[in-house]
Amino acid sequence: MPKRVETVVLHDSSTPIIGDTQKGGNVVITTLDTLLNQARANSLWPLTFGLACCAIEMMSTAGSRFDLARFGSEAFRATPRQADVMIIAGRLSKKMAPVLRQIYDQMPEPKWVISMGACASSGGVYNNYAIVQGADQVVPVDVYVPGCPPSPDALIYAVLKLQEKIKRGHAKNLTDLRLVEGLTGPRTLEKVEA
Amino acid sequence: MSVEVLKSVVKPILAGFGITAKRLKHKKVTIMYPEQIREQYPRTRWRHFLTRYDSGLEKCIGCSLCAGACPARCIYVEAAENTDEARFSPGERYAKRYEINMIRCIFCGYCQDACPTGAIVLRKNFELADYKREDFIYTKERLLEEYPGQNEEPFKGKYAKEPAPVYRG
Repeated sequence: MPKRVETVVLHDSSTPIIGDTQKGGNVVITTLDTLLNQARANSLWPLTFGLACCAIEMMSTAGSRFDLARFGSEAFRATPRQADVMIIAGRLSKKMAPVLRQIYDQMPEPKWVISMGACASSGGVYNNYAIVQGADQVVPVDVYVPGCPPSPDALIYAVLKLQEKIKRGHAKNLTDLRLVEGLTGPRTLEKVEA
Repeated sequence: MSVEVLKSVVKPILAGFGITAKRLKHKKVTIMYPEQIREQYPRTRWRHFLTRYDSGLEKCIGCSLCAGACPARCIYVEAAENTDEARFSPGERYAKRYEINMIRCIFCGYCQDACPTGAIVLRKNFELADYKREDFIYTKERLLEEYPGQNEEPFKGKYAKEPAPVYRG
């Protein structure tokens, strides 16, 4: 069987890097950053973006058994203007992609994206003309969740991972950032093999 | 008038509070997830592992049947010949490269069913979310590596204080 190399879009999320851009910033700014990041991480309001069956698990996550409200994410918003994190739940068709991008653009900064499930993350079983092979071709994704669909616990784990990332505040190194392709270099087959 | 008010306003309010009071007695349904894990069904399928024989040889013989059975085409196997100097598996061949794209995988378990030697198994570790797409290509080294409690049947999460209860009927 021929080897399939996944195309990787080299851009990361819009996670703000206030602390990193100001070299030798003073203590007040740093503490304020930490405070802000704590506040942001602990009140992530998700945007309801259920596209397919993963949405059922997403709803179940907000339900009383798993209770996403314990992590400050109980308020699922139907409008992008009030949301912090977009949970792409389900396969993203090529027709839906521009809509997703528009809604992502309408979200206020700072914003994050969780790509939930195999289909949203990579296309899953739908390797065909209709489905976008990974939502990261349209919007920058912060956390990928494997599973078909991921169980509510797996989604909560992803939310915790995202909180970790937000609390960290800024990228540790330039490779973490991956804003431009030049930083990490183009992804080649040799690199995959290494 | 006042009787009317009592009937139409106060009585429904009291009835409403009655329902609230009744619900207070009920068992709490919320699972405190990161510290506590819900019961897992016997055939729950999550993370893949490649297993070894007790002698340390890999069970995988590089036959690519798992790759053929995979509906998402997420498994890549490259086989090589065993020699007497470098022996990895008991058979003639072994898997030189074995990769699973974990975000394309749909955890159907067909690979486990197709495997003639029982090399690939799906365990109950569902904590797989990560930040980078590259990290989801699980190489042979990652699939073979042992993590504490890999074979523990009630799965225990990263943050959990105690393992998940086993589902009984």
